[in-house]
Amino acid sequence: MTATASFDVPPSRLRRSDAVRLGAAGLRARPSRIVLSALGIAIGIAAMIAVVGISTSSRAALDSELERLGTNLLRVEASERGETIRPLPADAALRVERLTGVTGAAGVAELPGTVYRSPLTPRGETNALVVRTADESLAGLLEASVDSGRWHDRATDGLGTVVLGSLAAERLGAPAVGTRVFVGDLPVTVVGSLRPLELAPDLDTGVFVDGTTARDELGWDGVPDAVFERSSDELVRDVRERVPGTVAPDMPSSVSVSRPSDALAAKDAADSAFTGLLVGLSGVALLVGGVGVANTMVITVLERRREIGLRRALGATRAHVRSQFLVEALLLSLVGGVVGIVLGTAVVAAVALGNGWAFTVPWTAYVAGLGATLAIGGVAGVFPAVRAARTSPTVALTA
Amino acid sequence: MSDDVIALESVVKQYGSPPVTAVDDVSLTVRRGELVAIVGPSGSGKSSLLNIMGTLDRADSGLVAVDGHDVAALSDDQLSALRAHRIGFVFQQFHLDEGSAALDNVADGMLYSGATVPDRRARAAEMLDRVGLAKRQDHRPNQLSGGERQRVAIARALVADPPLILADEPTGNLDQHSGAAVVELLHELNASGTAIVVITHDVELAAALPRRVSIRDGRVVGDERGAS
Repeated sequence: MTATASFDVPPSRLRRSDAVRLGAAGLRARPSRIVLSALGIAIGIAAMIAVVGISTSSRAALDSELERLGTNLLRVEASERGETIRPLPADAALRVERLTGVTGAAGVAELPGTVYRSPLTPRGETNALVVRTADESLAGLLEASVDSGRWHDRATDGLGTVVLGSLAAERLGAPAVGTRVFVGDLPVTVVGSLRPLELAPDLDTGVFVDGTTARDELGWDGVPDAVFERSSDELVRDVRERVPGTVAPDMPSSVSVSRPSDALAAKDAADSAFTGLLVGLSGVALLVGGVGVANTMVITVLERRREIGLRRALGATRAHVRSQFLVEALLLSLVGGVVGIVLGTAVVAAVALGNGWAFTVPWTAYVAGLGATLAIGGVAGVFPAVRAARTSPTVALTA
Repeated sequence: MSDDVIALESVVKQYGSPPVTAVDDVSLTVRRGELVAIVGPSGSGKSSLLNIMGTLDRADSGLVAVDGHDVAALSDDQLSALRAHRIGFVFQQFHLDEGSAALDNVADGMLYSGATVPDRRARAAEMLDRVGLAKRQDHRPNQLSGGERQRVAIARALVADPPLILADEPTGNLDQHSGAAVVELLHELNASGTAIVVITHDVELAAALPRRVSIRDGRVVGDERGAS
């Protein structure tokens, strides 16, 4: 027997670029299988990007809306908590306006009766419209914009004019400015119609009669049902506390104060909770995609026992075989991830375009998407890769 | 450095339970530059012996030295290194990658040597030329005849310039004519100094080689030299 020389053979070595090339070649050899198993990951990532992107874009739109509308508007109403509702005093708007920090206040009142397009319209067809009257400053306070015509001003006061809320205009068949409609039996002239009021959507069904006509012809007693007021941003809280005592000094609890922008903010919060749920769901899709990748890789390893044996015979170490299949799983997953990102981004872009939002996908969503892809590919690839490395070279060659 | 490229001493290999003895107390040396046939019917333990000589499998007992290295003392990674640099394999089934050209198949013989792609390809082109397939380097295996495929596989075994080539039934899947051409090629390679061990059940093929070791039931039953 010969003496064993000290081991002078250079170690087996697989270049990193070769490992990537081998992984890619393994994928290319079975394209249809790759498409199908990458699809799972693609759907998961696309769903995730779409959910996050759509919700971010819609919230960005909502935020800029809130920014535009302001959060310093308060709505004062008779409290509905008591047994009997005590109406606001007739001078409620004036009282509120005198408070420090308040920049404007306007009352709005609901009147009996409804509006008809013609005196021949059957009385039952009310279209769920509400006759209202309001102070001239209301439109400015609510950031209302006029769709056509104009809002009430001194020039039209007492002339029997109405301004239509957006829904009222729609339900009356969008009458042009100058059209005559009927409040009960009273003919009035349309002088304008409004765009939807984000801060007071309940007023969209309103048909606003000018104040003097309301008093003289419709018997309004001048008592407002609600008063809207704006104050400086810093004093909103302060004003909110002082309003009930100012409006009804003897019974402050009969007055309730709300902030309309809170409803929009709450919608925002509800959206984000829902988004969390959807992201969770797309996470489940991603997980299922990962199982698909693992499954494909296990089958691949079983099918390629010969190749593994050959590679061992050519000098590959177990680690080389392991890294080849791990790289293959990572690439497979990455293909799915990239396709998913492209798809998801396209969906967000389409939805944002459709809704007129600014397109927004946070970069963190991309980073998280790619990270999740690689993590899933890695986890899904480990077991098959370890199994490939354990394949005995002799079994592999005779298989 | 040892003069023996393979040295086996009292090598035993058993498989399964109850154990079946595939290699039974085999002692055998192959010197550098030798061309040897290991002949025996199927089931005689030839393939087990090839796996042991090729370090793809370890013996249960006995000493195995390949290229002067005691295989039992080497780690799995060291055995891989030995295969990458010192042993070339030729298989009955060729085991070529159908998805890549002949040149890249040959270059894969150096894949685990750490050489760069251009170096591997340059060397592969040389080897293809040596086995007479210089014009076929861009052909895929399915565009080649059986004999050409086996020559590609031989070029792959040679590309890392190992001192030992183990060929397992290299003509088993070939017709007589291509088989003869492959045997002739093996002779040529051997003439330039590479030790070649051919494992075969084909007595005729074995007869064409200068040394014949006969195996039966895992034991060496004959070792002849010279023309038969």
